[in-house]
Amino acid sequence: MNFDFSDDQKSLKDQARKVLADKSSIKAVRAVLDRKPGAPSYDQDLWKAVAELGWLGIAIPEEYGGVGLGRLELCVLAEELGRAVAPIPFASTVYFATEALLLAGSDAQKQKWLPKIASGEAIGCFALSEGPGAPKPDAITTTFDGSALSGAKIPVADGDIAHFAIVLAKEGAGTSLVIAELDGVKRSEVKTLDPTRGHAKIEFAKTKAERLGKAGEGWDLADAVLDRAAVLLAFEQVGGAQACLDMAVDYAKNRYAFSRQIGSFQAIKHKLADMYVAAEVARSNAYYGAWALSTEAPELPLAAAAARVAATEAYHLASKENIQTHGGMGFTWEVDCHLFYRRAKLLAVQAGGPGVWKEKLVRRLELKNAA
Amino acid sequence: MDFNDTPEEAAFRAEARKFLEANCAPKSGQRQQPESSESDYLKKAKAYQKKKAEAGFAGITWRKEHGGRGLAPIFNVIFGQEESKFDAPSGPFAIGLGMCIPTMIAFASEEQKKRYVGPALKGEEIWCQLFSEPSAGSDVAGLKTRAVRDGDDWVINGQKVWTSGAHYSDYGILLVRTNPDVEKHKGLTMFFLSMKTPGVEVRPIHQMSGGSNFNEVYFTDVRIPDAQRLGEVGQGWQVALVTLMNERLAVGGSPGPDYAEIMELARRTPSPTGKGTLLQDQAFRAALAEWFVSAEGYKLGRFRTMTALSKGQTPGPESSIGKILNANRLQDITNAAIEAEDHFGIISDESLAPMEAVFQQSYMWAPGLRIAGGTDEILKNIIAERVLGLPQDVRVDKGVAYKDLPTGR
Repeated sequence: MNFDFSDDQKSLKDQARKVLADKSSIKAVRAVLDRKPGAPSYDQDLWKAVAELGWLGIAIPEEYGGVGLGRLELCVLAEELGRAVAPIPFASTVYFATEALLLAGSDAQKQKWLPKIASGEAIGCFALSEGPGAPKPDAITTTFDGSALSGAKIPVADGDIAHFAIVLAKEGAGTSLVIAELDGVKRSEVKTLDPTRGHAKIEFAKTKAERLGKAGEGWDLADAVLDRAAVLLAFEQVGGAQACLDMAVDYAKNRYAFSRQIGSFQAIKHKLADMYVAAEVARSNAYYGAWALSTEAPELPLAAAAARVAATEAYHLASKENIQTHGGMGFTWEVDCHLFYRRAKLLAVQAGGPGVWKEKLVRRLELKNAA
Repeated sequence: MDFNDTPEEAAFRAEARKFLEANCAPKSGQRQQPESSESDYLKKAKAYQKKKAEAGFAGITWRKEHGGRGLAPIFNVIFGQEESKFDAPSGPFAIGLGMCIPTMIAFASEEQKKRYVGPALKGEEIWCQLFSEPSAGSDVAGLKTRAVRDGDDWVINGQKVWTSGAHYSDYGILLVRTNPDVEKHKGLTMFFLSMKTPGVEVRPIHQMSGGSNFNEVYFTDVRIPDAQRLGEVGQGWQVALVTLMNERLAVGGSPGPDYAEIMELARRTPSPTGKGTLLQDQAFRAALAEWFVSAEGYKLGRFRTMTALSKGQTPGPESSIGKILNANRLQDITNAAIEAEDHFGIISDESLAPMEAVFQQSYMWAPGLRIAGGTDEILKNIIAERVLGLPQDVRVDKGVAYKDLPTGR
């Protein structure tokens, strides 16, 4: 039994935590949060730094300019990025766009994009949603005619700064996954709950685009990309939940009320123990997802759904109860609790909300039982 | 990252499986028969334990001088995993070999160890643990049962409760108050005694679930020699901590129906919306997903613990989360099943209720599971204090002699 990360992977994690503490202090997160209109919606210095460290191409094969390590390395980085509320388009570029290209891209498409992703030159995004509610294959209105894309996607995380987009579009009677350069495409920034990540409405108007994979495979490919992203996002969520728990524990030890540390009250202890239990359940499920992702195991769809459901719940609980533990101070702009509360919500809906994933989980469990 | 055994672990697992296949029936899936034939079951259990000892599967982690095999804790877990796939009657020995005998090994004289360790290991003698009292459950250090020195003897009066297996045990380890004039933790002393000692009376407890799996044990002028003391006078709490430390890996488990069973029920139960089956009902599916994630979280967490053990690390109190998860999930699942059965859910007759009334029976058992071996609340305190490092609650018993503590009714 070796259900843990290796010593090398753990030291990569330690290194990542140090780098992020150094380069991405909460100050840097707040600089993005409080940015003036028109200012870049991400921390450009941190983006350069993670590119130089090889994080952007860590799971990209060497032949495409990457480092050629595995998904497990990517998972440990994701946990630390989540802990740091890193204000960079890492998830959009690495978990979504890179995974889509690796999964469905032709050799030429990989040659074109992956080296630029690895070097930090190209920022990607994943454009699925068009309106309120869970996307459905027959409700997609953005269309692809074999060479050009038309229609609007909203909200697209990092769509305001991305160089290219992976887009789910209607093609004929089915759907296709396509890739489009965003140069010259109309984009307007959308106000969201988490301004530490930019969001846009992208309006394609006969925009030149190429198919990823075959026509009609779009929905299934998007689903497969979402499974991969779900595992990686689960690590960000676990990192965020752990950060909230650490903050709350620290505050409970140092804040006095009724002449004693508030952490000595069982009402606070049990709240924090609940956060810990949820975070551990999420961590164990995320580890299994990591194993399935890194080995391309047939268990991946079920493992990814379990990781996502557990991690979304853990981060939601930890981020809201962290504010509660901080009392009135937790409700101020100055105290950092809300940064996590915001990011927790973004990560909860970014790859589809928990209701959708619970349904996926049960459907996959039924399939497994039927097999 | 993988789920494979090391070559050494794989060899041990194969050896264990071979032994189990030769000596136990595979798990039948049938629920256990009512305990009408407890003496037959004990006979079977003792015979099985003897074979286990002879084959080197009893006391796997104990030192060889104590009849053990001297292996790392991971091998104990591996044997447990394999044993759980069979109908192995190992229950009656869990407390004795898991908690009492390790305490004897740590604190008894050489002569006593020679006398008691071997017979316990071979299943010839069964041990129980006499700690909890009617007025000392979560706060076990507040116990009342009194031992008074009389020459070379101690005379014991009082009552213990929730003692598993007391009615068929040969010996027990017993925590008592020897000095009420000092703080409660400092006035305790540990002993062991024969359950046949005059003045010891065992009475079964009638549980809310209807069965009787535990006992009350009354002590009336029970006289035992000072030689049966474990540890120093007044050091009983320290000795008890050694006993309880050994409990940590033992607790957990997920007894009763889990997500797979309720899924089976849901396939053939109509949905409350009147459309389709319960398994097609959206609210039920969301709940099912949550139970799955909790059950997987427990199972995979055990894999992480095993990994730590496999690397020679000692798992900490974080394994307390298993019982919180499992007991609460059991209560939720059984409640959901009964409510989904609708009018019919109230029927607990095994011949009428779906799936032999497993949900109804476990529903009545679940409250006990949330209490036994540490309540949810105590386990959360343990997580908060020992894992998260939060300060202890304000204590009103610090610096106060036991006899001056408020006790309520």
